[in-house]
Amino acid sequence: MFEKGFLDKLSDRKTRWDADAEKYRAQKTRPRFITVSGEEINELYTPQDISGIDYDAGIGFPGEYPYTRGVHHTMYRGRLWTMRQFSGMGTPKQTNARYHYLLKNGQTGLSVAFDLPTLMGYDSDHARSLGEVGKCGVAVDSLADIEIIFDGINLGEVSTSMTINAPASVLLAMYLAVAEKQGVSFTKLRGTLQNDILKEYIAQKEWIYPPEPSIRLITDLMAFCTDHVPQWNTISISGYHIREAGSTAAQELAFTLADGFTYIESAIKDGQDVDQFAPRLSFFFNAHQDFFEEIAKYRAARRIFARRMKEKYKAKQERSWLLRFHTQTAGCSLTAQQPENNIMRTAFEGLSAVMGGTQSLHTNSMDETLALPSEKAVLIALRTQQIIAHETGITNTIDPLAGSYFVEAMTDKMEADAEAYLQEIEDRGGVLKCIEDGYFQREIANAAYRYQKEIEKKERIIVGINEYVMGKEKIDIPILKIDEQVEKDQCAFVKKIRADRDHDKVKRTLDELVTVAKGNGNTLKAMLDCVRVYATEGEICDALRPVFGEYVEPPFI
Amino acid sequence: MPDKIRVLLAKPGLDGHDRGIKVIAAAFRDAGFEVIYTGLRQTPEMIVNAAIQEDVDAVGVSILSGAHMTLFPAIKKLLAERKADNIVLFGGGIIPDEDIAALEKQGIDRLFTPGATTDETIAFVLEAVGKRKKHEDIM
Repeated sequence: MFEKGFLDKLSDRKTRWDADAEKYRAQKTRPRFITVSGEEINELYTPQDISGIDYDAGIGFPGEYPYTRGVHHTMYRGRLWTMRQFSGMGTPKQTNARYHYLLKNGQTGLSVAFDLPTLMGYDSDHARSLGEVGKCGVAVDSLADIEIIFDGINLGEVSTSMTINAPASVLLAMYLAVAEKQGVSFTKLRGTLQNDILKEYIAQKEWIYPPEPSIRLITDLMAFCTDHVPQWNTISISGYHIREAGSTAAQELAFTLADGFTYIESAIKDGQDVDQFAPRLSFFFNAHQDFFEEIAKYRAARRIFARRMKEKYKAKQERSWLLRFHTQTAGCSLTAQQPENNIMRTAFEGLSAVMGGTQSLHTNSMDETLALPSEKAVLIALRTQQIIAHETGITNTIDPLAGSYFVEAMTDKMEADAEAYLQEIEDRGGVLKCIEDGYFQREIANAAYRYQKEIEKKERIIVGINEYVMGKEKIDIPILKIDEQVEKDQCAFVKKIRADRDHDKVKRTLDELVTVAKGNGNTLKAMLDCVRVYATEGEICDALRPVFGEYVEPPFI
Repeated sequence: MPDKIRVLLAKPGLDGHDRGIKVIAAAFRDAGFEVIYTGLRQTPEMIVNAAIQEDVDAVGVSILSGAHMTLFPAIKKLLAERKADNIVLFGGGIIPDEDIAALEKQGIDRLFTPGATTDETIAFVLEAVGKRKKHEDIM
């Protein structure tokens, strides 16, 4: 990046400065200067740290390979990121009301949070659902619930993200069936399914079947969408949960990319054309507290992905090389103490996501360490994004931190660390083998434990936790409670649906699904027939459990 | 040399968030406890069976899904039915203050919320188990 003469002169100058600075180094504000991930950071970065970078090959221009500076030519000058607050709670009716509220207040996309029974493929009246119905998100049992959730919302006009993994194809089938009822063509539907089962085994732990049949469900879904739902983002390959479980930034990046490459390889093996499905893969990252480390992570992510897609997987279309991503601010960085401080934490995190070129963003609500967000808290979180977009001026120019000695050096370091992990995973026999051996799970648990010890030893200060503590405080923000009646109502509703439908049709479509699952047919297509006649999510998953088996994780500690 | 204190750590319900319980497991192990971790998705019956079979001094339960008002009392009730309520029952998770008060009234010994340290948790278990043991010796 620089002339040799200039660097030589700079090197002498730096040596002199270093000697002078030594006089002042006895005084330190912290014992160690480390990132959130525990990486040591240099005192100063200079042109020396980025002298090895070739601007054109390594940084380049936005909208051009290797996309370090962003996936679009004009970035936020052309279009802002999608402001997409993840929400869902209680009954489908309550969730529908929350969506109308968010859309009325300027939110530009929907994002559905499901409750734990839905995520695990159990109906609300299943014994294992006891106490969990509607708690972490909205309860869905049958098509009737999805009809209510999207009542009054034209599916042809909104983009919808659904955080669902093990039973993702069931929920997509229900969404498609609602579109049919609204008279909206599948080709008009826009949205994203999380549908990333690998990170479930690694971090989030909401699974049903073992990895191999789960990946088959995903490749079936990718094939169906290529043919019938061409605008739908089929997998949101997620680092978010890996980070929340305690990983470092480099682990989040590497494990997520490794998962992504595993899906890509399985679809290629299935005979699909990489340029047909790759443009509809997207990513989902965490925005933690370490501002520059996060920005480096997003920039490195785009670069690694583009290179692999082009060079290793031989994708020919530029759209296949683009790593597009959603970001959510770090829930694990929030504190239950002095919860209003979380507004500031979230704002800084959201800012890093925008500086890192995110395509969509969820900003957490201040009360998320206490309960599901209240209406007031979620509105402040949405307003935080609007302030970043319209008041701070950072959307005026593209990738404003490019060329920073620190940020470019850190982007390179992040890339090197992630590549080292990718190599390690390959040496250990690939993602599935690493899951089976508990490699990811242990790496993450060790990082989480180290982080907790740093806090307890005060090597890391968290405001309100180990410094600036208020003692016994009274929380005076509103807290949302899910009424116990929700579970009763939802159980009664699913029983009524089951009683009122055409039993023969339900049996026939479920039997057909089992036949398809045992053979090579497309499972999503068969599920669409099941949901149309109001077979429940639990029934569909139960039909497949004996065919595919159920996953049990050994208790790694 | 007294025997190591035996602690069963458990994740009930459908909740898969195991970061907290794994940190607690590592901290108890480093502090010299015998730690048994159940893994995920345990029913209250499975947890109480394991506690009795493993002859533990304390059971620590982590719930972040909001199902605490159902699951903690179910575990407590089963411990009592199996005449095992000498076992200290503690837990952690996202649990509002008023729910903590209600659960402690129902005999859950102690609940920790976000921001609690591993040291606090360890100190609590040491003291609570110590007290119970002393009480049993007198009996």
